[in-house]
Amino acid sequence: MSTASHLLYLVSAVTFVVGLHLMGSPATARRGNLVSAGGMVLAVAVTAAVLVDDGVMGGTALLVLVAGLAVGSAAGLVTARRVRMTAMPQLVSLFNAVGGGAAALVAFAEVLRAEGVLDRAGVSLVLPTVLDVLIGALTFSGSLVAVGKLAGRLPGHPVTSSAGRLVTLALGGVAVVAGLVLLTGRGGTPLLVLLAAAALALGVLLTLPIGGADMPVVISLLNACTGTAVAMAGFVLDSVVLVIAGALVGAAGAILTLLMAEAMNRSLTSILLGGYGTADTAEAVAATGNVRATSVDDAGLQLAYASKVVVVPGYGLAAAQAQHELVALCAALEASGVEVSYGIHPVAGRMPGHMNVLLAEADVPYPQLRDLEEVNPEFARTDVVLVVGANDVTNPAARRPGNPVSGMPILDVDRARSVIVIKRSMGTGYAGIDNELYTDPRTTMLFRDAKAGLRELLTAVQTYAR
Amino acid sequence: MTSELLATVTVFVLALLVGYEVIGKVPATLHTPLMSGANAVHGVIVVGVMLVAATTGSTTGYVVLFVAAVFAAMNVVGGYVVTDRMLEMFRARRSGGTSS
Repeated sequence: MSTASHLLYLVSAVTFVVGLHLMGSPATARRGNLVSAGGMVLAVAVTAAVLVDDGVMGGTALLVLVAGLAVGSAAGLVTARRVRMTAMPQLVSLFNAVGGGAAALVAFAEVLRAEGVLDRAGVSLVLPTVLDVLIGALTFSGSLVAVGKLAGRLPGHPVTSSAGRLVTLALGGVAVVAGLVLLTGRGGTPLLVLLAAAALALGVLLTLPIGGADMPVVISLLNACTGTAVAMAGFVLDSVVLVIAGALVGAAGAILTLLMAEAMNRSLTSILLGGYGTADTAEAVAATGNVRATSVDDAGLQLAYASKVVVVPGYGLAAAQAQHELVALCAALEASGVEVSYGIHPVAGRMPGHMNVLLAEADVPYPQLRDLEEVNPEFARTDVVLVVGANDVTNPAARRPGNPVSGMPILDVDRARSVIVIKRSMGTGYAGIDNELYTDPRTTMLFRDAKAGLRELLTAVQTYAR
Repeated sequence: MTSELLATVTVFVLALLVGYEVIGKVPATLHTPLMSGANAVHGVIVVGVMLVAATTGSTTGYVVLFVAAVFAAMNVVGGYVVTDRMLEMFRARRSGGTSS
């Protein structure tokens, strides 16, 4: 049994590697995920067989385990099926949170098994236990804060205070000291609980100062952390499959985090230090000048008689579920001879690639999707830019230093001949600052909900179409 | 260090290198699904939960076990399902438009 189970665990570890590899290319990505899922089913089945074979599990423990697995599976299945694609980033973060929580709890369960096991065990067990609890608990609370920020339950802007930083440092100190004392074989379970509490608080305090726009990178980093925590749990339980899968996710997640930060032109250190908006922002950018409101008829006329239109979709489009209305409007424009393309910012939506997923769902022809580098030189030749629910990624203030969006790559919307912004109100974006684009003389604002506004525009365009 | 532990540490380090290599150059559009897919893989902690269940015997232990089981199952099931939903749309786009 032991040899067979070991080999089967190896097979499932291999499927994780192959699965992740296949997911790196669009054509094979879905198959890759299924391969990896197959490996997971195998790992669970082998574990079940081993447990039955050993026959040491108590009846109560079996009942509790099965009940827990059933509840968790049902919750995961229902939320994953039902979630709207716009809310998907926070769901991924939630799944990451519970993964980290589970990893930390596994170490606790192992310690609770025998009183005083922490004091007797050597460093080879205590070290992974300490790391598992520390990283797992930190990931759990940190990911939940990320969920709150993405879902709008917590303020999306960076929450910073110098007192907060002191508390963070103090908690870090507590965690390190607790870990070291545990390593000397003292303290036992109560100290491990203290370590977990400090790690939970640290997770909150480290994530709160980071702005909402940087959340995707943070989630990816926390994802890598969970992987590492799982690998540590593997050392605690002496399970090679946990060690392999955990290390795999830890390293892959770390690389992915760097790739994402690169796509956003942000350095990881500045993100983690809460760089996005640490400066006193209130005075840096104040909207001056007048905002010009426009009507649906005027905007429709402008669009119908343009020869080149670029659409800049943002999270507001996704939140209003208006991607189908947008596609209908663009189809009508194309039918009347207008050249239409979409300018997609790398972080449009809430995560890299999120907007592409949403527009693909609405059957946008792939060649019309342009990324930042492709579309920016085109703006100078563009008659009308239609900005739907995008804000910070169009703010010209990003070209100047000294404000929260400084240095962020933006779409050069303000270089076009005219700009129409569909927006419900003058509210600020994720970065929490005013958008200078709105007061540009070439910009007109259409104050409508994205879905209703686009539908009315379509009617107007059909009326005026040549 | 015992020889078993040494072997596990070796595996750990080599797995880190594999994870580093396996990602390589990935287009930005796949970053989100890939992160979600990796997120599902660390749901393997469900195996760890099953293993500790074998030796759990106290009331506190049962509570910890139950919460851990709920968390782990949610991670693994939800992770794979939501990743599949994301990737389903990529396939739709492939067949709809011209390939890049």
